[in-house]
Amino acid sequence: MEEIIKIEGIVKNYGKHKVHDGLDLAVQRGECFTLLGPSGCGKTVLLRLIAGFEQPDAGKISIGDTVVTDPAGGVNFSPDSRGIGMVFQDYAVWPHMSVFDNVTYPLKLAGVSKDEMLARGMETIAMVGMEGLDKRLPSELSGGQQQRVALARALIAKPSLMLLDEPLTNLDANLREEMRFEIKELQRKLDITVFYVTHDQEVALAISDRIAIMDDVGKIRQIGSPWDIFESPADPFVFSFMGIANFLPVKRSGKDYLVGNGSQIINWEKPSNDSSDWVAGFRPSDVEIAHGGDGLRGVIKRASFLGATMDYLVDIDGTHLRTSVETHEALAKDLMFKDDEPCVISFRNLLWFDAESLKGIEKQLEGKGAMA
Amino acid sequence: MSHVRLVSVTKRFGDVTAVNGLNLEIGKGECFSMLGPSGCGKTTTLRMVAGFEDLSEGEVYVGDRLISSPAKNYYLPPEKRDFGMVFQAFAVWPHLSVYENVAFPLRIRKLPAAEIEKRTKDALASTNLLPAANDSPDNLSGGGKQRVALARALAINPDVMLLDEPLSSLDPHLREEMRFEIKDLQRQYGFSILYVTHDQAEAMALSDRILVMKLGVVQQIDTPLNVYNKPANKFVFSFIGLSNFLELAWNENGEPVLSGESGSSHTIPSGLLPSDVARGAVGTPFSLASRPSEIDFVSAESGEGLKGVVSRKSFLGEIIDYQIKIGVQEMRVQKGRRAPGPEVGETCALRLLRPFFYSA
Amino acid sequence: MSGQMKGLQQRHDFGVAPVILFLSIAVLVIVVAVPVLLILFNAFWVDGRFNLADVIKVISEPDTYQALINSLIISAGTTVGSTIVGTFFAWLVTRTDLPYKGFMKAMFLVPFMLPSFIGAMAWKMLLSPRAGFINRFFMREFGFDGPIFNIYSYAGIILVEIMYLFPFVFIQVCGALERMDPTLEESARISGAGLFTITRKITIPLVLPSILSGALLIMLYSMAHFGTVAVLGIENGIFNIPTLIYQRIHQSAGSFASIRTGTVLATVLVITAAFIIWLQGKILTHGHYQIIAGKSFRPMELKLRALKVPLFIFCIAYIAFTIVLPTVVIFLVGGLKTYGLPFTWENLSLTNYKHILFEYKLTKDAIWNSVTLGFSAAVITMFAGVMISYVIVKMKVRGKGILEFLGMLPFSVPGSVIALGVILAWSGKYGVNLYNTVWIILVAYIARYMAFSLRANSAALEQVHDSLMEAARVCGASMWQTLRDIVLPLVRPGMIAAFFLIFLPSLRELTVSIMLYAPTTRTIGVAIYTLNEDGDTVGSAALAGIALILIVVGQTLINRFTARKGAK
Repeated sequence: MEEIIKIEGIVKNYGKHKVHDGLDLAVQRGECFTLLGPSGCGKTVLLRLIAGFEQPDAGKISIGDTVVTDPAGGVNFSPDSRGIGMVFQDYAVWPHMSVFDNVTYPLKLAGVSKDEMLARGMETIAMVGMEGLDKRLPSELSGGQQQRVALARALIAKPSLMLLDEPLTNLDANLREEMRFEIKELQRKLDITVFYVTHDQEVALAISDRIAIMDDVGKIRQIGSPWDIFESPADPFVFSFMGIANFLPVKRSGKDYLVGNGSQIINWEKPSNDSSDWVAGFRPSDVEIAHGGDGLRGVIKRASFLGATMDYLVDIDGTHLRTSVETHEALAKDLMFKDDEPCVISFRNLLWFDAESLKGIEKQLEGKGAMA
Repeated sequence: MSHVRLVSVTKRFGDVTAVNGLNLEIGKGECFSMLGPSGCGKTTTLRMVAGFEDLSEGEVYVGDRLISSPAKNYYLPPEKRDFGMVFQAFAVWPHLSVYENVAFPLRIRKLPAAEIEKRTKDALASTNLLPAANDSPDNLSGGGKQRVALARALAINPDVMLLDEPLSSLDPHLREEMRFEIKDLQRQYGFSILYVTHDQAEAMALSDRILVMKLGVVQQIDTPLNVYNKPANKFVFSFIGLSNFLELAWNENGEPVLSGESGSSHTIPSGLLPSDVARGAVGTPFSLASRPSEIDFVSAESGEGLKGVVSRKSFLGEIIDYQIKIGVQEMRVQKGRRAPGPEVGETCALRLLRPFFYSA
Repeated sequence: MSGQMKGLQQRHDFGVAPVILFLSIAVLVIVVAVPVLLILFNAFWVDGRFNLADVIKVISEPDTYQALINSLIISAGTTVGSTIVGTFFAWLVTRTDLPYKGFMKAMFLVPFMLPSFIGAMAWKMLLSPRAGFINRFFMREFGFDGPIFNIYSYAGIILVEIMYLFPFVFIQVCGALERMDPTLEESARISGAGLFTITRKITIPLVLPSILSGALLIMLYSMAHFGTVAVLGIENGIFNIPTLIYQRIHQSAGSFASIRTGTVLATVLVITAAFIIWLQGKILTHGHYQIIAGKSFRPMELKLRALKVPLFIFCIAYIAFTIVLPTVVIFLVGGLKTYGLPFTWENLSLTNYKHILFEYKLTKDAIWNSVTLGFSAAVITMFAGVMISYVIVKMKVRGKGILEFLGMLPFSVPGSVIALGVILAWSGKYGVNLYNTVWIILVAYIARYMAFSLRANSAALEQVHDSLMEAARVCGASMWQTLRDIVLPLVRPGMIAAFFLIFLPSLRELTVSIMLYAPTTRTIGVAIYTLNEDGDTVGSAALAGIALILIVVGQTLINRFTARKGAK
């Protein structure tokens, strides 16, 4: 595998604020690589450093075999000389130019002949599903169509590297879903490398070959395939970032692991070492709820019917966890609990985290509604 | 006992009928939601109850007191109706402190100073705003502002609370928190709620009963569970949650055939239809509705299921999302991430767990 | 399909940024900073030493002291009056069921277009103590002993200024009331408040920042206003700061003492204006409430009931008396054979208008001067403005704060101050002598209108999101290509707006030109004013009539143009 982007020891400060402090990252040729992180974590800054819109204070960036940024060596390629395609969150199609003129602008700059421009322009416009709309002005297009124009414009010069900066954030949910498949299709068909920046974990899971998770101080926590990231998160940050997460405090008492301050033993494989303070992490779907049988005894603190799912907040000896059951299943299996009804909880899957490792991600957890 | 009563209420704006002959009875202490896409007339209805819009026809009662009736030329202005109301855009007054915002309705009613102070503090306390009493509402977050609006509406201890998309301007996590708070306040104060929203999960979670509305016409009035379990028509089905519609028609043999293609090869197993469906005339179209989460994969050989080809499969974390091509139509299936399922390009068969039959 | 990454060629962004930055600073320093600094320098620096005592001495001279007081009285009266009138009418056309509100609103904005010194001339014709048509009418028909109203008075000046300045408040308050979220008022209603209570306790307090900001704008304008006071005040010895500066400079032909008095008065004006601008900025940033609507419903209308007809008649009467009447008088007087004749068909003709347009060299020159000056100033300022705005809005360079300050400075520097500064800078003392040429007026216009251009162009550039330019860069466009292909075409509407924002006001400009004109470089404003002063009332009115037509036609064209743009 050949590296197409190589980032070495990037340092970037805004005044006193350190955005990146010695960041390394490499993207392989031909992959769809997603940089996923909360807003304000510095992921967009990194993308802009690669594009050349920002200069790092130190470090080196190479695209292909060429070092394009190296402040120490006095190297700084301007954005127009980096040979990349880019798509922006706000589309950035030029409102005074027709779809055709927007898409073929890179060719016009490159001095391509009129005939070739027409042929390639039309081909690219068709490729993004915009046939027949080449004479429209951007103001006559929907948001999704504008983003297609932006995509075509970025693709027409056949770059081997595309940078995408939250390109779907401004679209509505249905369109977002549709477009993410199209981007993936194009990437496969054209065999280009995509560097995709987003805060939306669902998009990242759906389109990426590899995902890098960046935390709110710009540190990369884990790099891996979508399945790896979701199933084997490196730490609680990654775990909670990828979906609704429950963290149940567990204390070791002799050989037993007790939930919260209570006396109930959690029935799962023991953690790897014998520290005394643990947190059990699991997703709502990892929980099995029942009226009786083996497991932790709890009380339904709040039952909410949300249509497709029944959502339960369960109190187990003063600690709370959240789970949900699909409505049809709840109806079929008599799992429609009411407030204050007793219930029994068992697990399909569970991850052990050191209680220490949860410190520092409280902000992250807030809003996920888990540690109520 | 009915508390708010609407009798064949109609509202026309020029040639457009925004609300058409609406009859409605809301019980005392009930939480009643009006749900529908934008422009369906739900907000207009709420504004007629509030008194901001007059009626074209019909009557509105609170208890046995008439408050609007164009026929009797009677109209009680909003300031005389003694309702509480919360608006989508908060509508808290930035030139008054949080305390003064909440005290405003009491001051207007010229209550004794001690009474004003007591009631204001009570309302602030039940919305957790006491520490912010002297702040300007501009310094509060969206959720804080909406609490001020709630406290202001609570201050006069109204019997009826009108809520116009009160959570739409908040971010999702706050939205969830606030809807439990509203519910708690209702328990504490005992008012009836008339709630307008376009968010079905919100309506489901909050309401005792839901009215689903489309273009000014009632589609269904029922409990949340019944609206979900027994959607009255295709519109209600599609408005509540994700949905698949398979378009079908009857052939000469009385079998269901996929629309959009010819030949008997595209008949589907009759066992897929709900058991109580009567056969229709040849060529009569109908839809089979199902939810993506209520579909199982079955073995393709058994001949029981609906045959299709997987055209897309994506891992979305908790769930895996499949797109299945059934002839020229498409269906979506969602399974838990650990459930086994076919790969892209493979032929598969689907069993609909709870299909709904709607004549087209 | 896409091959190997070819060996990339390094390119740099060099040259562009420093060139633009340097040019921008040079323009603003030469045109704006130097004149203003020279005024301060001349005011405080005597014989090579800093001298405050002399400044105080100048201010305490009875004439200057009186002018300061007059400026205060007039601007205070005008501000209070205009604020009441403007707020009342704004409330009437946005929150009540007054009939024909759209038409009324349009009419209340008309005074914005009309030059107030022309209005002042009209009122002089109507209400001057002896010759005013209205006064004469009352004395003749009803046997009054004296005039019913003397326009040559503080009250007269203030009333005329109110008529022409109240739209500043009107437009601000209308805007605030129209954009205000109706649920702010509805929530008060559901809380139990009636409509009058809501107006008093909710509506007015919420738009108070807009009212104040409009009021301060009027105060700023009125403090530095030349025309009305010059036309109506000088007769009775009422001078304000700008008219006194003009009188001193004009009478003494640039003597040292008069220049010093001028610079001291100018300094007072600048300081006051800076204070007002600062106050306004404070109100706008801190006191401004977020009251913009999310969902829009029609706001509640107060039913005027019994007051409906009387208020409607009042509005119509106001429009007829303050807008239609003066305009008609100007045109009628312009058609008279001799001033003083009654308005009968025999006495009226188009001869004067023909004379002014085609025969009289002085007025022909004035029209030509104003059109060419306005056009040149507009074109130059438009281009300079787009360049400087680009630096301010888009470039990340140190020192652009200074540019911003310099560019907006003319907003707080009154016209007469700019004129005085330009005289100090360009009268040969520093090697270049433009005095008595059109060039000095051109330089002054550029300085005066630069802020307009910066405002329009900055607004246009703010709309051009950075990503539009960055998208061009990653497409392979250099910085120059990006400016040429993306930025300039996108800010064209802003540039055109800037052009008209400068061209039209400069057609009627008086304050600056009056200080700088030479016999051959009169502008329309100067010609109207001097003809009137020299007793050629009829000629002056005819020229004023022609100017009004030019302005109204021009304004209509712009409105058409911008409306079509907006619709698209």
